[in-house]
Amino acid sequence: MAINYKDLSDEELLYGAKTCPGCGAPIAVRLALKILGARTFVCVTASCLGATTTVYPQTSFFVNNAIAAFPATASTIAGMSAAVEMQGLEDVTILGIAGDGGTADIGLQALSGLCERNDNVIFICYDNEAYMNTGIQRSSATPYGAWTTTSPVNETGTAKGETRIRKNLFDIVSAHRVPYCATASTSYPRDFMEKIAKAKNLKGTKFVHVHAPCPTGWGYPSEKTIEYGRLAVETGLWYLAEYENGKVTLNLAPKVFKPVESYLAPQRRFRHLKEEDFKVIEKQRDEEWALLKAKAAS
Amino acid sequence: MFHQGKNLFLSGNEAAAEGVRLCRPQVIAAYPITPQTTLVEKLSEFVANREFPCKYLLVESEHSAMAATMGAAMIGCRVFTATSSQGLLYMCEMLSYVSGSRYPVVLANANRSTATPWNIFGDQRDSVAMRDSGWIQFYTESGQESLDTIIQAYKVAEHPEVSTPVMVNIDGFTLTHTYDLVNIPSQEEVEKFLPPLKTTNKFSLEAPKSLSFTIGPDFHLESRYQQQKAFHAAEDVIARVDDEFAGIFGRKYHGMVEQYRCDDAEHILTVMGSTAGTTRIVVDKLRAAGKKVGMIKVRCLRPFPKKFFAGLGGSCKALGVLDRNISFGYEGALYTEVRAAMLKPGASIRTLNFIAGLGGADISKADLELMFEKLGGIASGQESGQKEFGQEEQEHQYIGLRWS
Amino acid sequence: MKPHLNKDFRFPTNEREMLFGSGGDTGNLTAVNSGWRTFRPVIDHGKCIRCLFCWTYCPDGVIGKEDTELTIDYDYCKGCGICANECPKQAISMIKEEK
Repeated sequence: MAINYKDLSDEELLYGAKTCPGCGAPIAVRLALKILGARTFVCVTASCLGATTTVYPQTSFFVNNAIAAFPATASTIAGMSAAVEMQGLEDVTILGIAGDGGTADIGLQALSGLCERNDNVIFICYDNEAYMNTGIQRSSATPYGAWTTTSPVNETGTAKGETRIRKNLFDIVSAHRVPYCATASTSYPRDFMEKIAKAKNLKGTKFVHVHAPCPTGWGYPSEKTIEYGRLAVETGLWYLAEYENGKVTLNLAPKVFKPVESYLAPQRRFRHLKEEDFKVIEKQRDEEWALLKAKAAS
Repeated sequence: MFHQGKNLFLSGNEAAAEGVRLCRPQVIAAYPITPQTTLVEKLSEFVANREFPCKYLLVESEHSAMAATMGAAMIGCRVFTATSSQGLLYMCEMLSYVSGSRYPVVLANANRSTATPWNIFGDQRDSVAMRDSGWIQFYTESGQESLDTIIQAYKVAEHPEVSTPVMVNIDGFTLTHTYDLVNIPSQEEVEKFLPPLKTTNKFSLEAPKSLSFTIGPDFHLESRYQQQKAFHAAEDVIARVDDEFAGIFGRKYHGMVEQYRCDDAEHILTVMGSTAGTTRIVVDKLRAAGKKVGMIKVRCLRPFPKKFFAGLGGSCKALGVLDRNISFGYEGALYTEVRAAMLKPGASIRTLNFIAGLGGADISKADLELMFEKLGGIASGQESGQKEFGQEEQEHQYIGLRWS
Repeated sequence: MKPHLNKDFRFPTNEREMLFGSGGDTGNLTAVNSGWRTFRPVIDHGKCIRCLFCWTYCPDGVIGKEDTELTIDYDYCKGCGICANECPKQAISMIKEEK
């Protein structure tokens, strides 16, 4: 489905949320709802998005929505999907939304169950690379080197931020052989919305992992959200890919990556990184891309 | 529908499954755990054989089982799940989630001890630990009562003034795995008693809803007060539902609490769950021997039959409370509840707490007779005025303890 | 039309008006976000080519495209500046709010 901004509805199904200025999460959600429309049942986990949209008396979703317990987005939408089927509700989309912690950490078991059963839902993981709602703690999606309040940095050098590479959700979900799994970025809205449109028209569990930069947690000015999201892709530290019918497709493969410093150095969470750290990150990136390209080629 | 309106020889779990079948939940999500397994196996057979239209979700954990039933309840489906012990504890987060959102979920819990030490056998430490989860709690005495209580549970849970989830507790192995003749009501009669679920507390394409949201300090008390009022309303609803049930099916369970031969009883033992069955026999035997004994069977731990215990008096001189649980650092949980309800100036009933049947230990007729004997002892001690409480009997008795 | 502040909203004053359980209406906006703003985006319609990048990227969806000229809902704009940063024609300026 080719997306033309001019044809999209001006109707907002998410509005007035108390997200920080420049937050990437509502970009992903409002654009997804542009595609999915008013007949969408939304289930958001306990997260920034939950905490900023549904605090009585204000409710910012204009479609049916519920907040799930932190580990339970996937299981709650599984029940919703069964109910929609049993009640014979036509053309209703069940949309689960969770952050990286609610997906890759505490929500992973239920997500695995969902994918294995292939319940008919769309699951969006908006990834801001840490537990932002509780105040920037490290998640398993926090990238190597990143400072968070629980992956601190000190002057003696015994603490250098996050020490592990991030968990690869795209691989984990696609290993369940779901009908559709994709990565996306809020900085590439056309690509993201095309993926949501594709997911809407498929039966079974569809998973879209969207990179959604966080000015507060990453430490950059609020107007730079789209810019940093784009730089993540251009430096090869994030990627746009799809898994469908057992095949991996790369939607965008930069011929030459921009230097990782251009993305990392201006962010407060990476400002302790040194030249040798950038080299480590570049090596990790190249290894990851070698695997990714091999998968895409097979 | 070969076994409707029939008497069948069934285990407690099978009887409960028949009860669920008759209520026709549209979505079931469950995860296996001993001793609940034969219940969900039976249900999966029913669904596979299309005995009623239902989607059975094979979830990967109890937490997900409760979350998935909640997700379906959010869309207005009648739902069911079952668990036990560690599984109930694993659901803990979702239990208060469901009750605060007021979804009429029904859960069967096969009562079992909680690890550690590991033990798969029956006691009530699991559900008693979940006492404050905001669920109505029933405890059953037999397979028949388990079946009937499941049907009543939906009627209570779905009552608009209640709108609160219900947990039906069935003693692990003692009931779940023992066989008895069970009457299976007909589908028509059950449908007459239990019409399809009607609720506005759900998603709607016509009137969209925002569910399970945050209520901060400003209106939180009002919200919790509403829940408390629902439990107060449930007290009457439970009694009325039981009466209506008796009118249709001819079986009556006396609402939240039953008195057995208590009219002129001086020594009364309070029990909860399957032990009531054995206690009836012991009461009959002691009555035949001229002893003025009786039994109180607590059917609901929540709402708690506070008014009943507050009004206890008359002939009763000594009241025992048998707990198949223990709240470490205090005493049996039911004992605390009963004593608190009885507190009033000048109360003259002496009480004893019997801790027994933990981890599946048998509670024999002899044990129960011993309990009545001890009640008789403290009652006479009180009468003679010679013995202070605690001299001749410890307030808390551990029945069958090898040493102390 | 963008959603707007529910000016008629009143907190419940008795039990009957109290919301049930932990659920209620969707899309009930009881507070504006304009107070968060330090800078306000202002569109130079002479420069605007209606590429709709601002409309697409706006996290709060406050840019309207139903009129001949793009509009901004200043009740809900937080002044993040993404629109100005992403505008390929530099048609949006961020102007300091007068307090």
